[in-house]
Amino acid sequence: MADYLDEMDGITDEADPTVGDVEIQNYTINFGPQHPAAHGVLRLVMELDGEVVERLDPHVGLLHRGTEKLIENKTYLQALPYFDRLDYCSPLAMEHSYVLAIEKLLDLEVPLRGQYLRVLFAELTRICNHMLNIGAHVMDVGAMTPNIWVFEIREQCLAFFERASGARMHSAWFRPGGVHQDVPLKLLTDMADWLDEFPSFFEDAMSLVIDNRIFKQRNVDIATVSKEDAVRWGFSGPMIRGSGIAWDLRKSQPYDVYDRMEFEVPVGTRGDCYDRFMVRVEEVRQSARIMRQCLNEMPDGPVASIDRKIVPPKRGEMKQSMEALIHHFKLYTEGFHVPAGEVYVATESPKGEFGVYLVSDGSNKPYRCKIRPTAFSHLQAMDFMTKGHMLPDATAILGAMDIVFGECDR
Amino acid sequence: MANGAPVISSNEGVAAKLAKSLGAAVLDTVEAYDEISFTVDRKKLPTVMDKLRDKHEYQQLVEIAGVDYPERPERFEVCYHLLSLTKNHRIRVKVTTDEDTPVPTVTHIWEVAGWLEREVFDLYGVLFDGNPDLRRILTDYGFQGHPFRKDFPLTGYVEMRYSEEAKRVVYEPVKLAQDFRSFDFMSPWEGADYILPGDEKGEEKPEDGKDKGAKT
Repeated sequence: MADYLDEMDGITDEADPTVGDVEIQNYTINFGPQHPAAHGVLRLVMELDGEVVERLDPHVGLLHRGTEKLIENKTYLQALPYFDRLDYCSPLAMEHSYVLAIEKLLDLEVPLRGQYLRVLFAELTRICNHMLNIGAHVMDVGAMTPNIWVFEIREQCLAFFERASGARMHSAWFRPGGVHQDVPLKLLTDMADWLDEFPSFFEDAMSLVIDNRIFKQRNVDIATVSKEDAVRWGFSGPMIRGSGIAWDLRKSQPYDVYDRMEFEVPVGTRGDCYDRFMVRVEEVRQSARIMRQCLNEMPDGPVASIDRKIVPPKRGEMKQSMEALIHHFKLYTEGFHVPAGEVYVATESPKGEFGVYLVSDGSNKPYRCKIRPTAFSHLQAMDFMTKGHMLPDATAILGAMDIVFGECDR
Repeated sequence: MANGAPVISSNEGVAAKLAKSLGAAVLDTVEAYDEISFTVDRKKLPTVMDKLRDKHEYQQLVEIAGVDYPERPERFEVCYHLLSLTKNHRIRVKVTTDEDTPVPTVTHIWEVAGWLEREVFDLYGVLFDGNPDLRRILTDYGFQGHPFRKDFPLTGYVEMRYSEEAKRVVYEPVKLAQDFRSFDFMSPWEGADYILPGDEKGEEKPEDGKDKGAKT
C-alpha cells in the first residue's frame, strides 16, 4: 500500500522499486509450430509489448516436401495426386488448376458433362473447405458448438467425394481431359436432396455466431485492410473481397462452364476479420446455388475426352479391343507428351487465386511446375495486419486468413 | 478456344503496345497459348515494373517463379506474373541471370515480392539486390544448397532422424535401401540417343554401351 502512495507522490527508491519504477522490456515469444490455433505447422516469432504485438515474423516451410521438384520427376498423370496433398482441405480445387493447365498446353476439349461435373465438385469442395474454416475460425475465438455443427456438414461433403472417387479426401478425380469416372445417378439425386437440407442446418449454426456479441467483439475492426493494401499485397479470394473489391476469377476469368452459372460475388465493407468471415458464409450459399444449377443443367454424354492419346480407355473397352489395351499400357507407363511451351493458369480456389505455372519441354514430364499458393501473400501481410493488436487477436486474424500449410509450404 | 482454361481479355494489340511503351528494355516478346511474355533487360527491371504498374494498370504481382536451364549461359529465368484487375489481363515478364549476378528487387514496387523473392533465392540461389530480408524461407534452418536446381539430386544429400543417444535430431548422409527408379519410356523409334541393350553385338563394338534404359 505504501508503495502505491509513494508512486502517487512521485517518490522513487532504487533499492525498493515500486510498480511504476520497473522498466518492462519488450519480449519475444514463439507462437507454434505446434499450436492448435496455428492451423498447422506455423511458427510465429512475436515481439510483444505487454500484450500488444509490435512485430511478427512468420516462419514457414516446416511442411516443405519439395512437391515441385517431385513433379519434375513424374509424368503428368503421376504428378496429379500431389495436388490433392497441397491444400488438403480443398483437394479438388487444387487439381482443377493443374488439369486446366495441361489442357491449355494440349488444347484439349473436355466434353460438357465433364465440365459440369468438375464445376459441381469444385463447388462442393468450396463448401467443404469453408465448413472447416468457418468452424475453425469460430473455435479460435472461443465458440465450440458451431464448429461441431459445421463439421457434420463437412462430413456429408466428404461422403459425396467418397462416392464419386472412392477417396474421402485425396480424390485424384479430375484428370486431364475430364474426370476419372462418371457418377451414378443416385449420387446426383442424393446431392440434390442434400442441397435442400443442409442450408437450414447451416443457417442454424451461423445464427449462433454472426450476431453473437462476443464473436463480433473479437472480429469487428480487427486487422482492417484497405483496398489499396489488399491489391499491393497480392491478396485474392475472400481476402480481397473482404476488403471490398469484387474480384472473383470465376466471374472475371471464367473457366469450364462457370460462364453459364449465375451467382453473386459477396464483398465486405470494412475489410476486417468479420467481413472476411461473412464473405465465406455468403460464398457457401452461392456455391449451393451453383451446384443446383449444375444438377439442373447437366447433360448426358461422355465425362472425359475421347482422345485416346491422352485419356486412357475404360476397363470394359480393354477387354474387347487390342487398340485400347495398347493405349492403356502406353498411357500408364510412358504417359502422354505435352507440346513445348509455358502457361500460367489460375483458378478461384476456396482460399483465393491458386495458380499453376507449367513449363513443358515436349516430353512426358513437366520441365517445371511452379505452384502459386494463396497463403504466401496472405501470410506475408500478417505482420502489418497484426501490428498494434493484442496477442489473442492474432488467432482471429490467422483464422480469417484460412491458411493450410500443405499448400503454403508445398 | 476449345479448352476450358480461364478466359481473360483479348491479347490483340497488347503485346505491340506494351513493347512500344517499354522501348529498348524489352529484349524479346513471345505470344503463345494466348499468353504474352516479355524478356526484359535485367538492369531495367524496376523501371519496367514501375511503368507496367502505374501506366499500364498491372496492379498485382501474382507470382515470381524461378526456372533453371543449366545449358544456357545465364542459367536462371525469373518469371514475374502480373495481373491487371481493371483490364482483366495477365502478362509475364522474364529476366535471366546466373548464380552470381543479382537481379534488382521489386519490393519497393510491390511489398508482396519480399517472400516471393526469398523463395526464388532459397530454391534456386538467385540473388536479389535490394531485398531487405533475403533469408531462406521454405527449406530447413541451416540448410545448404539450392534444392530446385536441376543438378541438385532429388533425394538431397542429408537425412534427418531423432537420435535416442544424442537426445536430439541428427543429420546423416542420405542412405536409400533402393535407388529412385527412373524409367526410360522414350520409344527407340522416337529419339533414343543411346545404344539399346543387345545392339552392341552388331557390326562393331561401341566403347562401353552406356544404357540409360531397361533398369528395373
